[in-house]
Amino acid sequence: MSNYTIDHAPTTGDEVIQNYTINYGPQHPAAHGVLRLVMELDGEIVERLDPHIGLLHRGTEKLIEYKTYLQALPYFDRLDYCSPLCMEHSYVLAIEKLLNLEVPKRAQYLRVLFAELTRISNHMLNLGSHVMDVGAMTPNLWLFEIREDCLNFFERASGARMHSAYFRPGGVHQDVPLKLLTDIADWLDTRLPRLFEDAMSLVIDNRIFKQRNVDIGIVSKEDALKWGFSGPMIRAAGIPWDLRRSQPYDAYAEMEFDIPVGTRGDCYDRFMVRVEEVRQSARIMKQCLANIPEGPIASDDRKVVPPKRGEMKMSMEALIHHFKLYTEGFHVPAGSVYVATESPKGEFGVYLVADGTNKPYRCKIRPTAFSHLQAMDFMSRGHMLADTTAILGAADIVFGECDR
Amino acid sequence: MIAHSAPKFASNDGIIEAATAALGADLIEAAEANGEIALHVKRESLLAAMTTLRDELHYQQLMEIAGVDWPDRDPRFEVVYCLLSVTKNHRIRVHVATNEADPVPSVTSIWPVAGWLEREVYDMYGVLFEGNADLRRILTDYGFVGHPQRKDFPLSGFVELRYSEEHKRVMYDKVQLAQDFRSFDFMSPWEGADYILPGDEKAEDKAAAK
Repeated sequence: MSNYTIDHAPTTGDEVIQNYTINYGPQHPAAHGVLRLVMELDGEIVERLDPHIGLLHRGTEKLIEYKTYLQALPYFDRLDYCSPLCMEHSYVLAIEKLLNLEVPKRAQYLRVLFAELTRISNHMLNLGSHVMDVGAMTPNLWLFEIREDCLNFFERASGARMHSAYFRPGGVHQDVPLKLLTDIADWLDTRLPRLFEDAMSLVIDNRIFKQRNVDIGIVSKEDALKWGFSGPMIRAAGIPWDLRRSQPYDAYAEMEFDIPVGTRGDCYDRFMVRVEEVRQSARIMKQCLANIPEGPIASDDRKVVPPKRGEMKMSMEALIHHFKLYTEGFHVPAGSVYVATESPKGEFGVYLVADGTNKPYRCKIRPTAFSHLQAMDFMSRGHMLADTTAILGAADIVFGECDR
Repeated sequence: MIAHSAPKFASNDGIIEAATAALGADLIEAAEANGEIALHVKRESLLAAMTTLRDELHYQQLMEIAGVDWPDRDPRFEVVYCLLSVTKNHRIRVHVATNEADPVPSVTSIWPVAGWLEREVYDMYGVLFEGNADLRRILTDYGFVGHPQRKDFPLSGFVELRYSEEHKRVMYDKVQLAQDFRSFDFMSPWEGADYILPGDEKAEDKAAAK
């Protein structure tokens, strides 16, 4: 306490205030996982913020190099565990791009349908926890009702609530029963809008919620580009950039939807962009359900997609293919691709290097959180300590994906 | 013919020509494969090349920096920059080769997002970035030794973490596996596998005698 003087320290009356450093996390309910923030504060104003990540690093990219292409797929569910199917989407598209493999229309529609359902379930978690971070309890409970419905639909399609491993190179794992599609259609018409709009009516015009979010963490268009923003973060900054529209994959080219854009680039805009995205996702899902064609749900290339069990009982060739694909796996021709899709959190990319064997030579995963979390420092500067939770909530960060 | 349904961005027509003209001598090789353009750029002039790509060819965003380890090559490491143009709706990759000793110029002055991305490549491969002011480890533990994504780093690592009742703290021990990691060899003998099959050493001798 001897190395400062009154001259360079701000005072409030008799008290001398000095900048101090606090540690936030790694175990903190508002940190959305294992995030450690080292913050330098001047009173309650954030001067500098240094996120320490990697506490959930599991070596996914290293593990993938030791697995066959199909065995590596379930690792993607465990990256962003709030939107598992969108993680798989980038990976299977990267493999298909290297193989130049055609996916049947029905499989493309099923993938789009479930990717959008994933987007809804992801946004339910994020919007709810964002609202809870800034002090409201009820909407989160209501939104979790919707999320629970989504997880039930995943279970009915794939057998697993969260880690579905449903998208496969060449299509999807299995077809869905008609009853599931009609149930999703009913849910989109009745339960989803009622619960969602009810919950949002509590929040979006709420005075306290606006005070906590409007003009907090403003990001300009230039900053959004420089800091590699994507997804709702770049759209809230005012750039209408959506990979589903500009670089369509699977059946997205046939879908009609609007891209919500923010005007101020603050936390409130990010929240509202996600709210509108939920409505647009529901719109895409309705189009999928109305137009989904009949037909196969996976490519008939037997060197990549294994035959169904029923076929195996009748055909020797199918049995051999099945055995080869589940022991050795398929070989991918040498080459490298970078494939990025619009995950609920932004651009989720996979840089896949194949060397012609049955295992990926290198699989670099581009997490959305890396650029958004890195920008926390300049977004939080000059704001109050309590605003960092709002900024963190609006950035929608999940550590499974950030740390890999 | 394109059969896959992966993301489709704007056409690659004329991009290689434009990049060749803009980069001049900084460009070693431009190649198009799998519908993507890869520019191999000289390491020393990376910064100038990246500035040109951003300002003249309008690749506004740096989305990703990936390291790749090629133990057989010299120099050993490859650093891959994935750029995106939101105005042209186009993606491009920039490849730079380097080894452990020669640092790659940092692009943090062009794109601040490169800060963490370069930290990750440094953490995973030990590639140095000249001009990155904060080149700490990022994903591995505090005090970690080694660069885990290198091909000569074992999957199991060298140390494991445990809580020591004796010392009342978490500490590192040498890793002990109850069973070896099983790595199967899928190379088929009909496709030129280069090893001696057990019990087949005589065939090898015959081949040598010829």
